[in-house]
Amino acid sequence: MIKKNNPFNSDKKISKKYLLKNGSIIDVIKNKIIKEDLYIKNKVVEKIGKNLSKIVDEDTEIIDCKNLYISPGLIDMRVNISEPGHEHKETIKSASMSAASGGITSLICMPNTIPPIDQPAIIHSIQRKAREVALSKIFCTGCITRNFKGEEICELHLMKQSGAIGFTDGIKSIENTRVMRRALNYAKSFDGLIIQHAEEHNLSANGVVNESETATRMGLKGIPSYAEPMIVERDLWLVKETKCRYHVNHISTKETVEIIRKAKKLGLPVTCDTSPPYFTLNELSLEDYRTFSKLNPPLRGEEDRLSIIEGICDGTIDAISSDHTPQDQDAKRLPFNQAEFGGVGLETLLSLSLNLVKNKYISVEKLLRLLTVNPAKILNLNSGMINEKSEADISVFNLSKPWKINPELFFGKSKNSPFDGMLVEGKNIMTFVRGRLVYRL
Amino acid sequence: MTEDELINSYPHKHLLGIEGLLPTSINFLLKSSNDYVDYLNNKKNGKLDILKNKICINLFFENSTRTRTSFELAGKKLGADMLNISVGTSSIKKGETLIDTAMTLNAMQPDILVVRHHDAGAVKLLSEKVNCGVINAGDGPHEHPTQALLDALTILKRKKKISGLKIAICGDIMHSRVARSNIHLLNTLGAEVRVIAPATLIPKGIESLGVETFYDMKSGLKDVDIIIMLRLQLERMSGSFVPSIREYFRFYGLDREKLNFANPDALILHPGPMNRGVEIDSELADDIDRSAIFEQVQMGVAVRMACLKAIIDHKLKAND
Repeated sequence: MIKKNNPFNSDKKISKKYLLKNGSIIDVIKNKIIKEDLYIKNKVVEKIGKNLSKIVDEDTEIIDCKNLYISPGLIDMRVNISEPGHEHKETIKSASMSAASGGITSLICMPNTIPPIDQPAIIHSIQRKAREVALSKIFCTGCITRNFKGEEICELHLMKQSGAIGFTDGIKSIENTRVMRRALNYAKSFDGLIIQHAEEHNLSANGVVNESETATRMGLKGIPSYAEPMIVERDLWLVKETKCRYHVNHISTKETVEIIRKAKKLGLPVTCDTSPPYFTLNELSLEDYRTFSKLNPPLRGEEDRLSIIEGICDGTIDAISSDHTPQDQDAKRLPFNQAEFGGVGLETLLSLSLNLVKNKYISVEKLLRLLTVNPAKILNLNSGMINEKSEADISVFNLSKPWKINPELFFGKSKNSPFDGMLVEGKNIMTFVRGRLVYRL
Repeated sequence: MTEDELINSYPHKHLLGIEGLLPTSINFLLKSSNDYVDYLNNKKNGKLDILKNKICINLFFENSTRTRTSFELAGKKLGADMLNISVGTSSIKKGETLIDTAMTLNAMQPDILVVRHHDAGAVKLLSEKVNCGVINAGDGPHEHPTQALLDALTILKRKKKISGLKIAICGDIMHSRVARSNIHLLNTLGAEVRVIAPATLIPKGIESLGVETFYDMKSGLKDVDIIIMLRLQLERMSGSFVPSIREYFRFYGLDREKLNFANPDALILHPGPMNRGVEIDSELADDIDRSAIFEQVQMGVAVRMACLKAIIDHKLKAND
């Protein structure tokens, strides 16, 4: 396969009109598929209806979407962009190209940049850069504590006013319970969202994989799987008291799913997401000490994987995020213990999630909820659904197009995908952001 | 006790807090204070001799300028012999316990002890060990009754009533004794009290004291007649309870813009000392039409005169 000529359109001035004909529009609110035409004009979805060809303006580009699904653009809740600070791994521009090719129209970046996003000025500077170079929409989260040290809380309210849509220390849990309590309590004052990466650091210190028979056999230091649920359980005590909105990123264990399921039954304001590795792979992928499979949280056992799928299907898990963590070659081409954690995921998010549809776990319209309207609701974003007069953030994908994951063809700068070489079905064909066709395969 | 006595006297040996006082007692103290305001306003009036030959000791375990000075001045105006003991010079530094200090002072047979202590409940403990009357000049984050009385007097002077007023207390409610005493007093006299602060500065269960809680100034200050701003201690502002001074001022500092949410004739009070630019805009603090901050200090002396006299009167009556 040879890379095509530039499939991206980064000219921001021209606003064209498009008519998507004969496609299957996914209505994520009503959970159904609508076979109608969709007319995009002046950045918005102008009209949805049958036989729109007659009413559209003359200069409209008509695109035949026969056998294609038209979905709200994907919203990715957890992306490490690496800019500022690690531009050799990924930049705002490369991440947004990667996202656009994967059907993602909004990406939420983690605050673990250099300098970290722990004050309003950094958010402004990232947004300014994003306006210049990004194809997709970029939103920032802010640190909960200064320099994500877990000690003093940041100017959360000012950051929210500057555009932070949630607060998290990203790759770190808030270890000190008193600090976590204050953060939740403080954020509650202005209806802020606290996002947690759940990991009990004292237990996971120096660990590189899930603590299990596999780890023992390979001679690698394990991280007990309960290092994740025990933090969630602790936090839920605080959520119960403060009533602050609380979200857990990339959950990976059976116990975490169970705890959150129970908390939701009690009516606590808790939500969570998981990422494709945790419902696609298990710890057997570590074979041959593949450092691309070194993730945080680590790949778990098969029982955990099945529980995550169950959580996705029964609504316990609200969203699927890519957990995109670019690492350059030198960070991964090392002995397993020394290699960095993380894998890229923007360009495989949709396809791997669609695998759940192929395997008959979930319907396509229900699955797309986890990638569109659910994250939008959690983050209070005004997108994630297709309505007349709403901004046209759209992904057009082919549910049955087979392809082989080849990171060398990725548009992102880093190629560390744990899914390297995997055969999948379903691919994003076109991406519209604010009515602009930014990517076309 | 007859109804007449209830209305015209203060029926307790000590003044340890506002909580539990009857409206009649509070009104009596306020009325008596008001008389002293008139007395103080007439420059021709000299010292009184109501407390002549009485010994009053200011015992301050915590730094204070205005409260201590105010009590001292009040005592002197009434003709009492005032003594000041502060932590720096006392034997507390030498390891004496609170109760031993109390016993030692008691042996000197003072008539009134005015006590401030950094621990809640310490003044009550001390009052149980001495024979004289004790006035609480602030115990930890518990109560500061004379401050609440002088706030009430200031409000009465300007608004002619307390009952029915909407009063907002803003700032560090959690660590504030002024807030607690004010909540008790203003509720007892029929005002509608609300507290406004970030949730980190609001103690659990404050609603059961009879207040409504708000997390933002806009809704909290709506239709308010009186705004009592509280001081936020600097050490609580760098990332522990509040992220930074600028964030606090942005959302909870009182400036013209936020003042506009309140009634057009809303009055600003502050127990002092003020942090200009932290909880209150400097220009606003100096605006005599809106701010009664310096008036409060003046009321303070009168209120303390009334309290000292009430305690002595009660003692004399008990001896009869």
